[in-house]
Amino acid sequence: MSTAGTQAGTAADAPRPGAGSAAGAPRRSVVARVVGRVGGGAVQAVLAVIALFWLVPTFGLLIASLRSNEDNNGGGWWQVFSKPSQLTFQSYSALLDKSDFVDSFWNTVLITVPATTLVVVIASLAAYAFAWLEFPGRDWLFLLVVALLVVPVQLGLIPVAKLYGQIDFGGFKMAGSITGVVLFHVAFGLPFAIFLLRNFFAAIPRDLLEAARMDGGSEWTIFRRVVFPLGGPAIASLGIFQFLWVWNDLLVALVFADPSSQPMTQWLQSQMRQFTGNIDVLAPGAFLSLIIPLVVFFAFQRYFVQGVLAGSVK
Amino acid sequence: MAEVALTGVGKVYPDGTRAVTDLNLTIADGEFLVLVGPSGCGKTTALRMVAGLEDISEGTVTIADREVNRVPARDRDVAMVFQSYALYPHLSVRDNIGFGLSLRRIPKAEIREKVDKAAQTLGLTEHLSRKPRNLSGGQRQRVAMGRAIVREPQAFLMDEPLSNLDAKLRVQMRAEIARIQRDLGVTTVYVTHDQTEAMTLGDRVAVMKKGHLQQVAAPQELYDRPANLFVAGFIGSPAMNLLQGRLTGDAEDPRIEVGGQTLAVPGRVLRERPALAAYLGRDLVVGIRPEDMEDSELAAAGAGGGASLTSTADLVEAMGSDVLVHFAVEAAQVVTEDTKELARDAGTDVLGHLEAPRTDLVARFSPRTRVKVGDPVTIQVDTGRLHFFDIETGASIWESAAGSPREDEV
Repeated sequence: MSTAGTQAGTAADAPRPGAGSAAGAPRRSVVARVVGRVGGGAVQAVLAVIALFWLVPTFGLLIASLRSNEDNNGGGWWQVFSKPSQLTFQSYSALLDKSDFVDSFWNTVLITVPATTLVVVIASLAAYAFAWLEFPGRDWLFLLVVALLVVPVQLGLIPVAKLYGQIDFGGFKMAGSITGVVLFHVAFGLPFAIFLLRNFFAAIPRDLLEAARMDGGSEWTIFRRVVFPLGGPAIASLGIFQFLWVWNDLLVALVFADPSSQPMTQWLQSQMRQFTGNIDVLAPGAFLSLIIPLVVFFAFQRYFVQGVLAGSVK
Repeated sequence: MAEVALTGVGKVYPDGTRAVTDLNLTIADGEFLVLVGPSGCGKTTALRMVAGLEDISEGTVTIADREVNRVPARDRDVAMVFQSYALYPHLSVRDNIGFGLSLRRIPKAEIREKVDKAAQTLGLTEHLSRKPRNLSGGQRQRVAMGRAIVREPQAFLMDEPLSNLDAKLRVQMRAEIARIQRDLGVTTVYVTHDQTEAMTLGDRVAVMKKGHLQQVAAPQELYDRPANLFVAGFIGSPAMNLLQGRLTGDAEDPRIEVGGQTLAVPGRVLRERPALAAYLGRDLVVGIRPEDMEDSELAAAGAGGGASLTSTADLVEAMGSDVLVHFAVEAAQVVTEDTKELARDAGTDVLGHLEAPRTDLVARFSPRTRVKVGDPVTIQVDTGRLHFFDIETGASIWESAAGSPREDEV
């Protein structure tokens, strides 16, 4: 992929191609064409089957979390259909009474929210600069960011752990702290985030930014009032990706978080027993850790509106 | 409202491409100036330099006596209408129009009032709460205009604002732009490649070619007294016919020889153009406007004397109000840098028939003509209205030897 070339191209003649792609009837997507050929009914049937495959274990988890440990040990969750009286919130109330679980839940929140917010804020500012500001070395710097995409998290674990070990600001130790986990997530989330947003921002017609400039907008105003709102769909999807990735992370937490800052995933993992069943702890814990991202997804889902640029140019 | 002045303005891109060279233009307060020229002539670049969207490489731009070379676009207090309209898709029509005002921290009530007034001027009142994507092309164009007028700027800059509209709407919006500009009296610089727009809208029209200003004049003067071959060929539709000829005879009884045919020219033509005497016995370029030719059967007998051409009608286009007759004479084509540029703009290739001394002409006949394709035709030429150009320089031949009365300095 020649990023430098793409870059030069979009910078030089952004208005015309931008205008072309943003206006007119959108080309039918691959999915739309496939659906058209196969027939809506068949596709929906396949989708329903796939959805069922994904939903059944989740549903099983939900039921298991609503049964007592003895019932779960006595038979599978589907027995609930014959004995609905088994259902109880007992596991949940027991779990929520465990202070270390509640702490780990809040730790997850304290790690995920800043790690997501920081990535979105920093990446959108950087992406705006990469897409629309002229500064020396811009294309090379962007190339570097893209190159960082291929650096796996595992490669950073040991060096960063060593680095954290040396950071100690008057009693605040980076190693083991929530801050350390957040910073690691931000650092490894940024390359993809910048890449995604920069390409989205670069597709905004140049005329729009120039119009805002003529209307009296400074770079900051243009970013805040034109580019950021127009980037809504990309920013929303980035936010969800980042949120899910951090929320579900176990590896980074295992390396960098000490017991006082461990997130839910780590806590759940520590509850795993090899021989004795403690599904009354695992099932509600897992379900709670699953339901929050779902809520976030549906909250942001309305921003995935297609064709936000329609009508702006031409 | 203010005077906009460009002094020796040039634009060189970092890669060395030169887009504009030594552009001198003064747009008076309240004047409507149209910059016209073929694509790539630097007109849009010039406009963008006034807007502040493009750095000024050479010279100075002043708006209301303030040099703005280093002033960012947002502080120049000029408004621009883009070819693509560039409406903010996430904002309603009301917010689109009021965007510039809201950035200037003007109280909400005042913005509301001004937007309402602008919307009323443009007939957008019932669309104020809609999003741009729900508007028709003409309505979007109006919103773009509204965004400019609501700010009451020092000047309007318009970059081909009508080129995305269909022909009918374009005529309608053209009239509307003229009306709005006259009502508001705001200095306006309007860029277009459409010479009809240029002629109908401009108080003055500036013709550009390859980054150089060719002529600035009122539309009719541009049409009647083009400074050079390029302006002559660019302004007017169908274009002026240009062909090589030779000026013979003497000062009292001059004649033009084109393709073996002779046209008698009234003696006053030479008296009006003292410089022309120097061309007696020499080759020059003769320009004939299509409307200065008429079917000799219809022309009043004896009006043009012996000034007629004979040929065969190659193509007859009935336009209703008149008939365009295409024919050829065996005169050499005019091949200069100007005509090449014109041909490039028109998408034709002059070099194709360079070998044969044959030039295609178009005449605008009265609809009463009975000429059909293939008919022999005698064309009466109003030789009193011929245009003459130097064959080397392409400059129009008028009073002095220097020829071209360039109107760069006002």
